[in-house]
Amino acid sequence: MMPTFLLTDVLIWLLVFGVLAYARSVIKNPLARASWGLVFQSKIASASLVILLLAVIITLLDSVHLRLNSAQQSRYASPIISVLDVALGPLAYEREKSYSAPLATRALSKETMEVNGKPVRDYPRLQFGGAHLASENDKAQNLSKRAYQGALGGAVLWAFFLTALWVIRRAMAHEEQQNGIGVFKGSGAYHAVVWTLFALCVIGGVVWKWAEAYHVLGTDKVGVDVLYIALKGLRTAMLIGLLTTLLTLPVGIAMGLAAGYFRGWVDDVIQYIYTTLNSIPSVLLIAATVLMLQVALEANPEAFASSIEKADLRLFFLCAILGLTSWTGLARLMRGEVLKMREQDYILAARASGVSSAKILFSHLLPNLMHLVLIAMVMDFSGLVLAEAVLSYVGVGVDPSTFSYGTMINAARLELSREPVVWWSLAAAFVFMLLLVLSANLFADAVRDAFDPRARQLKQSLVRV
Amino acid sequence: MGLLDIHGLSTRLASEAGWVHALDDLSLAIEKGQTFALVGESGCGKSMTALSIARLLPDSGAIVAGQVRLSDGSANTDMLRISETAMRSLRGKRISMIFQEPGTSLNPVMTVGDQLTEMICLHTGASKAQALQEAEDWLAHVGIPEPKKRLQQFPFEMSGGQKQRVMIAMALCVKPDLLIADEPTTALDVSIQAQVLELLKTLQREQGMAMLLITHDLAIVKQMADTVGLMYAGQLVEKASTAEFFANPRHPYAHALVKSLPSQAQRGQALYALEGRVPSLVNPQPGCRFAARCMHVQENCTQSTPGLFMATASHEVRCFYHADLSFQKPASVNANVRDASTFGSLSKVVLQTVSLSVAYPEKGGLLRKHFKPVLNKLDVTLLQGRTVALVGESGSGKTTAARALLGLLGSNAKVQGDVLMEGRPLRQWPERGPQGWRSKIQFVFQDPFASLNPRHRIAEILEEPLLSLRPDLDAAARKARVLRVIEQVSMLDEVLTRFPHEFSGGQRQRIAIARALVSEPKILICDEPTSALDVSVQAQILNLLKRLQNETGVAMLFITHNLAVVQYLADEVVVLRHGDVVERGSAELLFANPQHAYTRQLINAAPVL
Repeated sequence: MMPTFLLTDVLIWLLVFGVLAYARSVIKNPLARASWGLVFQSKIASASLVILLLAVIITLLDSVHLRLNSAQQSRYASPIISVLDVALGPLAYEREKSYSAPLATRALSKETMEVNGKPVRDYPRLQFGGAHLASENDKAQNLSKRAYQGALGGAVLWAFFLTALWVIRRAMAHEEQQNGIGVFKGSGAYHAVVWTLFALCVIGGVVWKWAEAYHVLGTDKVGVDVLYIALKGLRTAMLIGLLTTLLTLPVGIAMGLAAGYFRGWVDDVIQYIYTTLNSIPSVLLIAATVLMLQVALEANPEAFASSIEKADLRLFFLCAILGLTSWTGLARLMRGEVLKMREQDYILAARASGVSSAKILFSHLLPNLMHLVLIAMVMDFSGLVLAEAVLSYVGVGVDPSTFSYGTMINAARLELSREPVVWWSLAAAFVFMLLLVLSANLFADAVRDAFDPRARQLKQSLVRV
Repeated sequence: MGLLDIHGLSTRLASEAGWVHALDDLSLAIEKGQTFALVGESGCGKSMTALSIARLLPDSGAIVAGQVRLSDGSANTDMLRISETAMRSLRGKRISMIFQEPGTSLNPVMTVGDQLTEMICLHTGASKAQALQEAEDWLAHVGIPEPKKRLQQFPFEMSGGQKQRVMIAMALCVKPDLLIADEPTTALDVSIQAQVLELLKTLQREQGMAMLLITHDLAIVKQMADTVGLMYAGQLVEKASTAEFFANPRHPYAHALVKSLPSQAQRGQALYALEGRVPSLVNPQPGCRFAARCMHVQENCTQSTPGLFMATASHEVRCFYHADLSFQKPASVNANVRDASTFGSLSKVVLQTVSLSVAYPEKGGLLRKHFKPVLNKLDVTLLQGRTVALVGESGSGKTTAARALLGLLGSNAKVQGDVLMEGRPLRQWPERGPQGWRSKIQFVFQDPFASLNPRHRIAEILEEPLLSLRPDLDAAARKARVLRVIEQVSMLDEVLTRFPHEFSGGQRQRIAIARALVSEPKILICDEPTSALDVSVQAQILNLLKRLQNETGVAMLFITHNLAVVQYLADEVVVLRHGDVVERGSAELLFANPQHAYTRQLINAAPVL
């Protein structure tokens, strides 16, 4: 197995380093530290962050790819797999024939089988789901036993996390020489983190133990485990959300700053561009670009070593196209703020001190607008995740071979109309997307409250007359 | 029993640091037809009192104790214990309020007539036609010409003074028993301020209403009030009839405030400057809250809390030693003793403007642009070590003149005339470098909260002009200069690593002055450098500017609307009106014998202590 990096892997790891650099600058700057401190005082935000972090870890595991030798290829049916596939073990390569319900032992549709030499039409046993059971009547007992083992394992993992947290907190309290910090008690937000971790560990443990022997969320049309698809879909969602923002930011910030600061014809040109972009329905623009791109990709099959790389390039271009159409909001916001801020006395003071325009823009204006950028970034994230789902549903999103919530929902269109109804793909996509988007939104709210003083409200109980 | 009787009112506000004791045990009474003035510096709880009375506190605030009784013939209701519905009918009907900013207190998308009639209909139950007639009468009453036409206008079509008159009409048209005026004239020019105050007085006489006037200006208090309440750190520290308060102020804080006002009489002397700042009101310590800044502080001042002592029947003071302290007004006879400026009268000319004119383009024809002149042929000569004051009301072109000198006007402004530095036009000097004109002309802005970038450390703020204007200096030389200016403005080196938000207004203005001085300018342009500051801080800054001028010989162009500051500080005065110079002369002569009618009007309009 050889490690190999796809284009989006490189970008996402660059982003990770960017975030780490930002975190370092926050630790150095007392103002930013105080604001982030407020974010982490919020219980909901801390709990959301735990869930988001889990999603990020899964995404990062899924963003280290390995090239397989030919012997391994036959097992995975693909030349390139990710570390996540390795970690998930059999989940990644065990394939049933077709649909099966969650935790089922038999397939969804009847098949003609040969029993004792006679052809019988019945629901066949699954090849992997519950295959270890001698008798299907033991399923309930086996499930509860596994649930018990999983919960226990989860609790042990949780205890490990708790110890780690405790060590970190004690070290921090020691460093700051603050006796006030109750190492054992902790704040409300700390409790929220601990209990979210507990819930995740226990649920994760149970699901893990079940997934070893069953298809927890059933299988899809070609027999792939839906849980596996949902976990792989996480990377696509995160990538669309993060990478698009990354591509949007430089354009949006530069355009907004320039338009607001220089005004005059620069402003006119930039406003013209974004008004034009906004007046074209973005789905139309994206559909047109994606279809053109598709033709280009089809025409040059020799440029890609595997279909994975092709799908990856398409994903990247989707991010780029989404970024191209979504910078206008940020630019408009920045322009308005800069128009207001350029009249501030300290900008005038800098101009009177002969400071160059570039330095005024990047050292005076931009740092004072960073909170807006941050707020816009976290707020946009969830919108973009949802946008991907819509685009893939319409058929102009990611490559059909890429696992994503959009393709799951697209497949569900047919699944819901058959009898019996296959509801689990849609349900899985719905639950995973809801969790991701909801925690991103709740976290974004806390960030906005902390960085936008106007939105900050004190909710303390008062003793009134 | 007065009309309004406040007893033991305490208000708290929630903040990130804890509970702010914004008002502590405040008691006062206002009689019918009387004016009670609340004075004090910012952050002392004046506005909180007004908001508490009207029960309009922000969500983070709450009244935690006390009674506010509004008598109504026989009955008197405690306004803190009635329902919000009942309170709402009291507000507007019996209690009206006027706020500082006339611009933001009126709804910009409703016509003035609609806003007035809405108020009248709501509280008097008059019909629409009656209300309209009444509204017209009221506009005429508050002195707005062509009231019928004005009813159809929107607030943005009116000037600041007119808007404040509309506000007054709205507040008074329901014939309230009590008017709460929170800094009603602070945003207005002196001559308009005088008119508005006069109007308030007349209307009060006619209607016999009580007025709670909140202001920071002692001169206005003297002119308007029957009773004065001086506030400090959330407490009423002195309460007396106006005559008695000004004749014989008893609290050391009152002494300090009166002494720190600049005036002609104090020319050449340093002003009395109260050091320090109002203490934090989060969990206040026992003891006198003024103790830390009091020059007469004794041991028990910091240990036990003084109550209000009755000095005379109509004079209450919150000080243990009020009987022992006597107040001396600043000596006023030595007006002739001019400070022998180190640079004398023969100092050399450093900057001269020759017929400096500025015009802004107006919307005009397609081919021909129309220019609206904002400054007409301004000739000013700045001498080394001397101060020229540019005086005028808003719209007179003062700030435009300063920006023109600094080359900060937008590219669309048409500038004519010339600015000569040491006899050579500015454009012949290089912009940067040791001989650059920008480093020679520096400036101080009005609002120290807006003029320092909140994201930069003080060291960065001070070093920035050097980085861009003096590329010839190396890091060590820059550092040396920064350290020197920070010492010049009497601050410690340790401030360099901090951020602006950690400082008070006065300290920030010191930093702004240090930034102006770091490139060793020959000319310092100060645009209203003290108007955003409290009186005691104003005294500190004026003293500092004066000292720095004596030390460095910098020529100052001082732009202000505050005539008392001009009388105290300036050598020469230039009076501007609508961009034209109407009068100029040496400070003493001009104030003693103003020639132009407009100058006389300005001087008469300014309230004096």
